Amino acid sequence: MVIQFAYSLSNPLYPSSLVGLGTRDTLILEFSSTMMALILAGKIGSNITSEIGTMRVTEQIDSLEIMGVNSASFLILPKIVAVVFIFPFLYIVSVFFGLLGGMMTGPLAGVITVAEYIEGIQWLFYPYYVTFSLIKSVFFGFLVASVPAYFGYHVQGGALDVGKASTLAVVNTNVLILLFDLILTQLLLT
Amino acid sequence: MIDVKNVYKSFDEQPVLKDVSTRFEPGIANLIIGRSGSGKTVLVKSILGLYEIDKGEIWYGDVNLVNLDEKEKKKIRSEVGMVFQGGALFDSLSVQSNVRFPLDMFTNMTAKQKQERVEFCLDHVNIEPTAYKLSPSEISGGMQKRVAIARAISLNPKYLFCDEPNSGLDPETSTVIDKLLLRLTREFNMTTIINTHDMNSVIEIGESILFISKGEVAWQGTNREILNTENQKLNAFIFANKMYAKMREERKKEM
Repeated sequence: MVIQFAYSLSNPLYPSSLVGLGTRDTLILEFSSTMMALILAGKIGSNITSEIGTMRVTEQIDSLEIMGVNSASFLILPKIVAVVFIFPFLYIVSVFFGLLGGMMTGPLAGVITVAEYIEGIQWLFYPYYVTFSLIKSVFFGFLVASVPAYFGYHVQGGALDVGKASTLAVVNTNVLILLFDLILTQLLLT
Repeated sequence: MIDVKNVYKSFDEQPVLKDVSTRFEPGIANLIIGRSGSGKTVLVKSILGLYEIDKGEIWYGDVNLVNLDEKEKKKIRSEVGMVFQGGALFDSLSVQSNVRFPLDMFTNMTAKQKQERVEFCLDHVNIEPTAYKLSPSEISGGMQKRVAIARAISLNPKYLFCDEPNSGLDPETSTVIDKLLLRLTREFNMTTIINTHDMNSVIEIGESILFISKGEVAWQGTNREILNTENQKLNAFIFANKMYAKMREERKKEM
């Protein structure tokens, strides 16, 4: 990202520190929240759908129901709580390592010095951007856990249908993440 | 005892159960037999309250399940153990954790009491202590069924439901499971309902047999009576079963 910014801003009129600013804002506003959610929708989402879906087709959920356990609450709620809770922390970790990575790759590629980069990432910093993205990450966390759980819980058939449900869950989660990204940006940033 | 009176059930206006009436007595193995798609599983799920019936009554002792709300149904279900066709053991838990699961959810027992109960149940289904910490995928199909039976009896249920307990098992293991179910039924005086189409089970443990055909009760009797029946539908079912068993044995010999 740093290298791309450096090449697109390779104009003597622009200060080099803009590369740091662009990297920081991209990481904070989109990359660390939306991109991370899209990637984790593939990883966590397919995992949740296949786990719950397999439990459905092998009658493990029916078994819970007959025991008198509320299967939806028992299986889905802890996953939603866990993902919603961990997403903001992952966002912070992602921003930190993204900025650190930028500081290492920029000078290594010879497009910016460490001093210019640090000056850039401190320039025109709006703390509200972080708050905005933290709110986004909570919403995305909810989507990443709940949508695949819904698809897994309502699987009917066998192993093949669990696979299909996994794919559907990831696709739908990704579409919803992008849609909510638009809605939240419109509501909170404009 | 479970009394089923004039039960009707349909899906999308397609009748699946038509005026089914029967009684399942405690202390004996009550078998429901019939071809695939005859309505056996729908009947069992209706008795369990998983399906809402269109008409009729289902009595657990002196309580009519049909009149109960979801909370009261759960109370009845706490007296029910169920063995599913595939065992339905939780993959993420070990053998002993599977059996302990209902105890963790529904009792206030101490850890020591729970462990004693788990060992009691697993011992009753002849599972060796060496298998306690294995996961379900690490044990054989027959063992999985026995662990599922141990889990089903862990809360000392009044009613035990088994859906095709012998499916996927070889004849020898099937006999072991059948005898185990009969022994447990007698020992704990449970009302046991076994859904099967295995004629060996019918002959071996069928003290009370209900034959369902096209959603209707076509015949009721015992394993002694079934061999001399003149009911054409039942004879066709027995004949098809014998043919299948014979064909399977011949294939085995050929291989």
